[in-house]
Amino acid sequence: MEKTINLTLKVWRQNGPKEKGRFETYQVSNISTDSSFLEMMDILNEQLVNDNQEPIAFDHDCREGICGMCSLYINGRPHGPDGEITTCQLHMRKFKDGETITIEPWRAAAFPIIKDLIVDRTAFDKIIGAGGYVSVNTGGVPDANAIPIARPAAEEAMDAASCIGCGACVAACKNSSAMLFVSAKVSQLALLPQGKVEAKRRAKAMVSKMDELGFGGCTNTGACEVECPKSISIAHISRLNREYLKSRLSE
Amino acid sequence: MSVFNSKIPEGPLAQKWTNYKDHQKLVNPSNKRKLDVIIVGTGLAGASAAASLGEMGFNVKNFTIQDSPRRAHSIAAQGGINAAKNYPNDGDSVYRLFYDTIKGGDYRAREANVHRLAEVSNAIIDQCVAQGVPFAREYGGLLDNRSFGGAQVSRTFYARGQTGQQLLLGAYQALMRQVNAGSVKMYTRNELVEIVIVDGKARGIITRDLVTGKLERHFGHAVVLATGGYGNTFFLSTNAMGSNGSAAVKAFHKGAMFANPCMAQIHPTCIPVHGEFQSKLTLMSESLRNDGRIWVPAKKEDAEAIRAGKLKPTEIGEEDRDYYLERRYPAFGNLVPRDVASRAAKERCDAGYGVGTGLAVYLDFKSSIDRLGKDVIEGRYGNLFQMYEKIVDDNPYETPMMIYPAIHYTMGGIWVDYELQTNIPGLFAAGEANFSDHGANRLGASALMQGLADGYFVLPYTIQNYLADDIRMPRMTTEEKEFVEAEKAVKDRFEKLLSIQGNRSVDSIHKELGLVMWDFVGMGRNAEGLKKAIKRIAEIKKEFWTNVRIPGNKEGMNVELEKASRLADFIEIGALMARDALDREESCGGHFREEYQTGEGEALRQDDKFAYVSCWEYKGEDAEPALHKEELVYEFVEMLQRNYK
Ligand SMILES: Cc1cc2nc3c(=O)[nH]c(=O)nc-3n(C[C@H](O)[C@H](O)[C@H](O)COP(=O)(O)OP(=O)(O)OC[C@H]3O[C@@H](n4cnc5c(N)ncnc54)[C@H](O)[C@@H]3O)c2cc1C
Ligand code: SF4
Ligand code: FES
Repeated sequence: MEKTINLTLKVWRQNGPKEKGRFETYQVSNISTDSSFLEMMDILNEQLVNDNQEPIAFDHDCREGICGMCSLYINGRPHGPDGEITTCQLHMRKFKDGETITIEPWRAAAFPIIKDLIVDRTAFDKIIGAGGYVSVNTGGVPDANAIPIARPAAEEAMDAASCIGCGACVAACKNSSAMLFVSAKVSQLALLPQGKVEAKRRAKAMVSKMDELGFGGCTNTGACEVECPKSISIAHISRLNREYLKSRLSE
Repeated sequence: MSVFNSKIPEGPLAQKWTNYKDHQKLVNPSNKRKLDVIIVGTGLAGASAAASLGEMGFNVKNFTIQDSPRRAHSIAAQGGINAAKNYPNDGDSVYRLFYDTIKGGDYRAREANVHRLAEVSNAIIDQCVAQGVPFAREYGGLLDNRSFGGAQVSRTFYARGQTGQQLLLGAYQALMRQVNAGSVKMYTRNELVEIVIVDGKARGIITRDLVTGKLERHFGHAVVLATGGYGNTFFLSTNAMGSNGSAAVKAFHKGAMFANPCMAQIHPTCIPVHGEFQSKLTLMSESLRNDGRIWVPAKKEDAEAIRAGKLKPTEIGEEDRDYYLERRYPAFGNLVPRDVASRAAKERCDAGYGVGTGLAVYLDFKSSIDRLGKDVIEGRYGNLFQMYEKIVDDNPYETPMMIYPAIHYTMGGIWVDYELQTNIPGLFAAGEANFSDHGANRLGASALMQGLADGYFVLPYTIQNYLADDIRMPRMTTEEKEFVEAEKAVKDRFEKLLSIQGNRSVDSIHKELGLVMWDFVGMGRNAEGLKKAIKRIAEIKKEFWTNVRIPGNKEGMNVELEKASRLADFIEIGALMARDALDREESCGGHFREEYQTGEGEALRQDDKFAYVSCWEYKGEDAEPALHKEELVYEFVEMLQRNYK
């Protein structure tokens, strides 16, 4: 049932990539517990605009947990206190009246801050560009039903393919490793006959790109899996390691 | 006159596209590298076009306002994509898909375009599977299909409730492969703010780098707009927050026709509005109507008790429920097209039978769960149910969902001919941004099909036909006066916006516009309301240009400035929608004029007067736009009254 709460917000503000950042404190009141976290941020921003201050910049777009754009680190957790969801799906009923909420951007060397809570995640695109695809051009492909795929494999590939590229796994990891993200793509494509052909090459290319871009190594803490809004399993990291090993052995 | 030359190829319907391809001009490989193609947008239409043209050897520049091409609004599509594969052997064919789309669009689309769409639909599925798109499969390992509104066959391919995501990731990966290969240059967080015309042809664009605020000039031998729809004119819609109609407005201002602006789709199954702070509406995929039954209480006093919180839906017996779609449309039942389902919900709620706030109806899965088991339902819709629960805090396995219609898709858009070229040579439009294939109403799972058809299989041919005449045209420097002037005009506009320094936030004005749109240009429209809307929108426009407040400046990232610039364009689109709706004195598809309905409340077309595409031409800042008509000539299909009973 709807009620309203008052909150203190400690928000990271930073004017640009090279500028120094700081926490600013704001008050918001009469926030409906049925509103989403980002709607609460909208209300705060409306308040700031009305006070002639610059609103807080944060990334968001679909507001339904699928585009992977929203990216707040809330009270020390990527995507906040609720499980299996993104920040945009988080609702204020998860917070208590009078609570102080700390809001920060993703922190990782490979994701430099652009402004306030917005970070640059183009490194993920570069990793995909290095090999996260099946090398087919448009046209001239076989009929879609030419190769049957066992349903369990298709389902597991779909599990892996659910990754939204948000980067919470990197933000959650003390090493800022992108292994969960990379393994999800490697695993999805390795599970399907269409992608198997270049599985080894793909694993190697994506991992070396990841290293090159300044993401840390994986030490199996499992923090990524806990914070991943799409419940991507670290079992995919094991599959990636196997594909990677195969690629090294076949060198 | 060039405006209306839709360039439909000769020959019988099923041969037109083949004839076109057999006779179109081609560009040889060494010349392709010398030709620059600008593609704005990285949704299904933009990403598939950019990847395909890059693979073919053209030099592509691709732009998106998001931080990554993968985040385009297409990612949010849930339900599925149609194709005429007939894998289930239930009688489907290219002709049937064509016919259903024409009929679903209430006979306001072009026959030839729609037939081509149906023809290439099968190749899309092949392409996506080859890319590794993990479509749902049956135990035998073959692809699974489901049915969608407006069809009696199962022709919809899907990947759980995340079909758009998987299709877009497939296209995005193909695109990143080309970026890596150097044939496509990607510009993220970059917004088109002007189109550059040189000697009557589109030759480039001006963009604003959303991080630095810098304006940049880009040359292209051709420009493709794949910038999505303008549903956010209504403020609240199922579209992503950044979806906008600005590119279409820029094209309009440069002389491109805006076609059928009033044709907007209201989707019947969205989570109802629940508060003033609401920023967007969440769609619950139409696929839910396969297994969910829609109802409201049959007795008004029950509806009242529910609204007062004194009665629960699960306490209402079968005999006291009104499954109004099954009652009114026994042949299609819960699977009637979207416009029909939306109006039926509004009709019940207006009559006092609504639940929740009064503007909601139930979508109930109990009988499906009883019949198929919870596991099966969870397998089909698990992520949608989870999404619903996170938002509403109710468990749809136990109590029916509440839904209400919301603005979802815009069939109208930039006018294009058969080649997807606008009336400005060299300017093309693809995907939701154009008006081409859905007439007055789009069927479910057909937007994804159209976006990918345009990008993978249509533009790569038709754009060559245009570029073949341009192989001797060297790259232009962006120091040419047309580029300099275009940039100057943009700079002046942003400075003007920033100088207003009024008292109202962008959103507050946008919400006001949204309410006017919803009340008068929404599900039910009439002449009086539309006239009022035109007047109100003019007032809102004035309020915006004199009283908006944008903090910050034009250097660096300024989200309020971005939003303001887009709102200025939404206001223009809103006015155009109202004007077009007023002109169209008939009801067809998503456009329902209350004056034109049958005794049973069904839409009544006026084929003798309105079998045309309305094409609006910009006549200047303060002048009224001019209406031109492209007559719709039906050679192969008879225009009938739609009947889903
Ligand atoms: C919630 C939801 C569910 C849906 N489900 C289905 C479904 O199940 N089946 C179906 O067939 N259809 C569905 N649709 C409709 C379908 O998703 C869209 O119509 C389709 O994806 C549009 O694709 P597009 O490529 O034309 O545009 P979009 O995906 O909207 O992409 C637009 C692109 O243009 C860019 N852009 C916009 N303006 C500018 C600018 N000025 N400068 C630079 N770049 C710009 C954006 O960054 C983006 O990259 C759904 C829609 C919604 C809202
Ligand atoms: S693996 Fe999970 S946390 Fe990491 S990017 Fe993908 S969805 Fe986000
Ligand atoms: S805004 Fe798209 S996932 Fe949160």
